[in-house]
Amino acid sequence: MVFMAVDWFPLWLSLRVAAWATLAAAPIGVGLAYLLANCSFRGKKALEMAVDLPLALPSTVLAYYLLVVLGHQSPLGKLYAAVTGVQLIFTWQAAVVAAFFHAAPWLVHQVRVALEQADHSYERAARTLGASECRVFFRVSLPLARRAVLAATVLAFARALGEFGVTIMIAGNVPGRTQTLAAAVYSAVESGAGAVARSLVLVISAVIVLLLWAASRLSEKRAS
Amino acid sequence: MIKVRIRKKFPPSEKSAGFTLDVDFTAPCGITVLFGPRGAGKTLVLDAIAGFLHPDEGRILLDDAILYDGATGVHLRPQRRNCGYIVPNYALFPHMSVRRNLEFAVRGLARLERRRRVRELLERYHLSEVAECLPREISAIQKLRCAIARALARAPQALLLDEPACGLEPSLRASFYSWLQQVRDEHAIPILLATHDFEECFESAGEVLMIREGKIAQSGSLRRVLEQPASVEVARMLGVFNLLPAEIRALDPSRNSSRLKVGEVELSGVYYPGRFLGDRVWLCVRSDELVAAPQNGKPGPNQMAVQLVRAVERLQTVRLEFAGGIVVEMKRALFESQKHNKEWVVEFPPGALRVI
Repeated sequence: MVFMAVDWFPLWLSLRVAAWATLAAAPIGVGLAYLLANCSFRGKKALEMAVDLPLALPSTVLAYYLLVVLGHQSPLGKLYAAVTGVQLIFTWQAAVVAAFFHAAPWLVHQVRVALEQADHSYERAARTLGASECRVFFRVSLPLARRAVLAATVLAFARALGEFGVTIMIAGNVPGRTQTLAAAVYSAVESGAGAVARSLVLVISAVIVLLLWAASRLSEKRAS
Repeated sequence: MIKVRIRKKFPPSEKSAGFTLDVDFTAPCGITVLFGPRGAGKTLVLDAIAGFLHPDEGRILLDDAILYDGATGVHLRPQRRNCGYIVPNYALFPHMSVRRNLEFAVRGLARLERRRRVRELLERYHLSEVAECLPREISAIQKLRCAIARALARAPQALLLDEPACGLEPSLRASFYSWLQQVRDEHAIPILLATHDFEECFESAGEVLMIREGKIAQSGSLRRVLEQPASVEVARMLGVFNLLPAEIRALDPSRNSSRLKVGEVELSGVYYPGRFLGDRVWLCVRSDELVAAPQNGKPGPNQMAVQLVRAVERLQTVRLEFAGGIVVEMKRALFESQKHNKEWVVEFPPGALRVI
């Protein structure tokens, strides 16, 4: 009965936000991971630090930076408003940005480790056969690391689903508009709606466990 | 023809001691064996030719093309070197079938030409039956044939093979060597084969480059290397020589003879040009050139009384190991008639005695 009374909008919003964030994080993260795993270039250390920064910074600090960079008065914020006709801050799209910064560095780390541990003799063989770096990546490196990439993507989705701190600061906690599942649990606990909080917690836990199981299965197959 | 003159210094690190690769050699068309123990630098040489190692200085030429030139800063990418390179695990793409592996190599040709070329390779290398199989589903020799076919699909100007037979059972190696001879006959390109297996030098014939601690210790035909190793290190690498410290006691160019003192025994040898009386040298004799026989009375000229330590039976010969580090290879049939013998002499034929 309690389940029937709960507003499930936060769940659908969280799934949508996590899906968009993962969709953006996967290609960017895999690209960055490949760059960091296989290439030597000036500024590599700086790039590594930039990738690690969102993981190390407190959520509120990261959110503050994002507010500065994407706020109404910032050039990027103005550009977004000019293109889409709406402000980015305090919309569900801002939640996507928050989830992206929560998930992407994690994905980069996971994929980078997988690429570094891979047997590079295949890539070298492809190069001696005249394959361009682009072809080596898409035809050899990526297919060979596909399970690791998929596992990392699933985990990134799980992380994006649970983002709270940055989301609440840059997207807000407006019920029916920008309230994600994590924010809804927070609101329910704060307002004393214990039954609602329990329902939401159970659902999000179940979804995360399912995702972890899927990632674990993918990793097992990779190992075998 | 491949001409290599390169130097690359690897500074010491926590994981390894320092190492310097400093090689200068020419590999003509045909098979050239790069022979040396593990860690001698064989793979580094192949990597440098293929474009995976950037030397500090020197030059690598493939026919008329400059692959690397330290002075002008030329360092072609592996994609542009046109060298087929087969590594010990063959590196067949595990997610592609045999056919797809070959198609990967001939990309760039028109579709019909590509299909014709792949079909031709599948037939020539007896892979048609396993064309749709993944590499893990085919045998080791089929994998090697597929790797050779893939490497040759682009008509490379050189073929580099790094320990290609190390994953094969001895019974399959003969098959591989015959394929290699076929490749040599069909493609007039230099084939550089790196190995630590001395048997492979015999099977592949051609020129041999002896590499040790990053340097070419000796080069030339296998026969020449076996006739006269350039140094004690080369003789030790070959593993077929007895090395005994000796002193030159007499030299007579008019009679083409010499006397060598080995321990307490004096042996007669041929004249050694460039040597002087009193020179301390290493006497170098192949184990198959020495003759072991039962001792009957006092040892004769050029014979040494020795004590047998152990006999190791092999397929066709018996390896007799005597005290003093002398090793003799004897035919099995001959050993059978003498195996109960207690006292032995080893005869040193004068013509077999080399000094280093």
